[in-house]
Amino acid sequence: MWVTMQRRSIPLTRSQLFPLALAALGAMPSDAYGALTTPSILAPASTPAHQIYTLSQFVVLITGAIFVVVGGLLAFVIVRFRARKTDADHEPAQIYGSAQVELAWTVIPVLIVVVLFLTTARIIFAIQDAPKPQTAVDVTVVGHQFWWEFRYPKLGITTANELHIPVNSPSAARPTYLQLLSADVDHSFWVPQLGGKTDLIPNHPNQMWIDAEKPGLYLGQCAQFCGVEHAKMLLRVYADPPDQFAAWVKAQQRPAVQPDAQNAAAVAGRHVFETEACANCHTISGTTAKGTFGPDLTHLMSRATIASGIAPNTPGNLRSWIQDPNTLKPGALMPAMQLSDQETNQVVAYLATLQ
Amino acid sequence: MADQTIPMPGTLDAERSRSAALLEWLHSWVITVDHKKLGILYIVYALVFLLIAGAEAMAIRIQLAIPHNHFLSPELYNEFFTMHGTTMVFLVGMTLIFGFGNYFVPLMVGARDMAFPRLNAFSFWMTAFGGLLLYFSFIGGFGMYGMGSAPDITWWAYAPLTAKAFSPGHSTDYWALALIVSGFGTLGAAINILATAFSMRCRGMTLLRMPLFVWLMVVASGDTLIVITPLTAAQVMLIIDRYLGGHFFDTQAGGSATVWMHFFWIFGHPEVYVLILPAFGIASEVIQVFSRKAIFGYPAMVAASVGIAFVSLSVWAHHMFTIGMTSVSNAFFALSTMMVGIPTGIKIFNWIATMWGGKIRFATPMLFCTAFLFQFLCAGLTGIMLAVAPWDWQLHNSYFVIAHFHYTLTGSFVFCFFAAIYYWFPKIIGRMLSEKLGKWHFWLFFIGFHMTFDTMHFVGMLGMPRSIYTFEPDRGWNTLNMIVSLGGFIQAIAVLILVWNIVDSFLHGPLAGNDPWDAWTLEWSTPSPPPPYNFATDPVVRSRRPLWDIKHPNDPDWKYER
Repeated sequence: MWVTMQRRSIPLTRSQLFPLALAALGAMPSDAYGALTTPSILAPASTPAHQIYTLSQFVVLITGAIFVVVGGLLAFVIVRFRARKTDADHEPAQIYGSAQVELAWTVIPVLIVVVLFLTTARIIFAIQDAPKPQTAVDVTVVGHQFWWEFRYPKLGITTANELHIPVNSPSAARPTYLQLLSADVDHSFWVPQLGGKTDLIPNHPNQMWIDAEKPGLYLGQCAQFCGVEHAKMLLRVYADPPDQFAAWVKAQQRPAVQPDAQNAAAVAGRHVFETEACANCHTISGTTAKGTFGPDLTHLMSRATIASGIAPNTPGNLRSWIQDPNTLKPGALMPAMQLSDQETNQVVAYLATLQ
Repeated sequence: MADQTIPMPGTLDAERSRSAALLEWLHSWVITVDHKKLGILYIVYALVFLLIAGAEAMAIRIQLAIPHNHFLSPELYNEFFTMHGTTMVFLVGMTLIFGFGNYFVPLMVGARDMAFPRLNAFSFWMTAFGGLLLYFSFIGGFGMYGMGSAPDITWWAYAPLTAKAFSPGHSTDYWALALIVSGFGTLGAAINILATAFSMRCRGMTLLRMPLFVWLMVVASGDTLIVITPLTAAQVMLIIDRYLGGHFFDTQAGGSATVWMHFFWIFGHPEVYVLILPAFGIASEVIQVFSRKAIFGYPAMVAASVGIAFVSLSVWAHHMFTIGMTSVSNAFFALSTMMVGIPTGIKIFNWIATMWGGKIRFATPMLFCTAFLFQFLCAGLTGIMLAVAPWDWQLHNSYFVIAHFHYTLTGSFVFCFFAAIYYWFPKIIGRMLSEKLGKWHFWLFFIGFHMTFDTMHFVGMLGMPRSIYTFEPDRGWNTLNMIVSLGGFIQAIAVLILVWNIVDSFLHGPLAGNDPWDAWTLEWSTPSPPPPYNFATDPVVRSRRPLWDIKHPNDPDWKYER
């Protein structure tokens, strides 16, 4: 069953024709590595996204044909039957209807609906009820106002905002199954290149699965309004080749690095972190910080961005975030920490050691 | 001697009478139970809110014209898009349909007023009060904490974002109460339309001789009665949750967020049909008159309308394909949604067949209706795309959806009601609107509309979700969003031209006479504006187009109608 779920390879020209056309308009920029930074549904990179894309091409074909026929009729009528100065004075012939014609344009749409429905149902079941292979990676995604928590229950990892998944290879399918939960309000997990979206609803656990054909970074964001900073609840998914994923897992499973005794600022920063309010909300494994309200910071430096993907993870940004999160993300739930400049520098120095 | 008047001192009286006359005039609008005056009140009220919600849309588009813009704060943006949606649906859409329904249903069925004139006045003032309550939240939203807080929970207001924990202050209360209050007004108006159409028709007007606009108002009113109920129930539950310790939607205490979704969309989806069906009615009248032909397949048009209203009650969960329903539920709602396309297709074909063989006069009302046909065709096709559940998993809550429903609500509903304004203004006011300004209005609005909403489809497919107050500059959405915003401003200019046209023509427009369009339904048989009693003698009709029969005594409709 699983084998039949594999994507049939689609010729590059056809599957990328439309995105390329848009790219030609200057609409689709790439990042420094040449990866697409436009989260386009027209550039699918996973099994479910490809199934949806292929289905959508079929639907466009049918609706396009309807558009051409009906739109063409309308255009013809507008041009052909517009009133002209040369028209005779009397009213046109009155026609009240025609049973045959009306029957025809009732039956044809019925047939179209049957075809569309059967195709749709097939893909619904193919994606939604796909059996989970033994090799699948399990991730529990918890939506928070306004960030993402990722737990790998089988691997003992907790991280935030940047999801790592293994790349799928045709020989060894390794999809990622997401269990979707919410800690507060409704959110929605949407990484267009990897698949459709599914909502994270409190008290209503949901499931979805993704895989990735190529290594790379796939962007998305929350797709269900969740409050003031909904717009800045961005989402990054890294698809790593198998060996790289294994290395990442291994690194994440280690407890936090202890700051080098030589690094006085970092040692002091750890003390500040553990004794100030930071520890109430954040966890750093191997320390007394065990809060769960905010993102787990054990391996903060392994992440490229902070604050749910809105700013690069640089000491400068960390600093201004700690001083007042509202400067980067007005409405973020983390309070301004009211630390002195020295304490802030120490905490940043400490965080910078959390590889 | 006895019948001579005694002259009173002149000057003082004249001054008093001017202000007294103004007061009396205002008073007459407040106490009126005349369906025509109430209809005008509804329409003016809708147009005022159209301008307000349009201004909110413009602020939204300025904010989104460039990435990382700081024109609006996140809080204000969220309030504006919530208020834009709520206002357009409840205070513009619903009031426009009941405004025109109020004015023209009695005239078109040859009645002298609505069935329940006092209920009619009550309904209008409830609706009006609901709107004021909603907008009062800008002043009173945070209660004693300060001013300037309107609802910021989206117009679908998903739980538990509306719970006290996530939505403190009173803005959500204003939202819920405003919809309850205006909902009562809407129910009253719907009951009135149904009673009028079913029991006030003139002699000879059987149900199958009612003008299609009346039929569509009947169907829409029937759906209204069914769907306002779950909305009101949901709002009451929300208020109970917020103030009386209920846990209907309180997920922290075992409540269900999805129950709110079901209640809201059981209302919300038929609601858009409630709006669009009267627009179909307008298109049916205008297309007949300006094509100079009787409607093609009248019985099928009636049946299709009833069919749409019926099927629309079983499609609500297509708004919920992403909430994790079972695959069977997803398949069911995909099918039921696609089935809406069948009666809708019949209607489009019948309108085109009505134009076929006609002599189409492209006056402003017909321009708007022709554009409506094109845009409604597109909206139907993107609707099919969204009904394809797996594709909806991608498109849902993206700008593609925004584009789709603005194609139905702006490209179809608003276009038809602009047509209605140009078509019926001469009847209501007695003066013609300027055709020249009308053409400017049409073409600017048409171009602006397509710039904005055609482009939005692509922004959505490139992954831009709705409800976001800003976006990242590297996503490839920059150019397209700028085009969307520019189109929005062009539409705003077009609407201002309409406002100018209405004001100018109200004062200086050429007199219309009874029947400026050479039309066929009963409202054109009385003077413009109609006298308070509508018809000097009760009309008697023998066909669907009584004025055609009079104008063509040798070739009357009743000989041929099926």
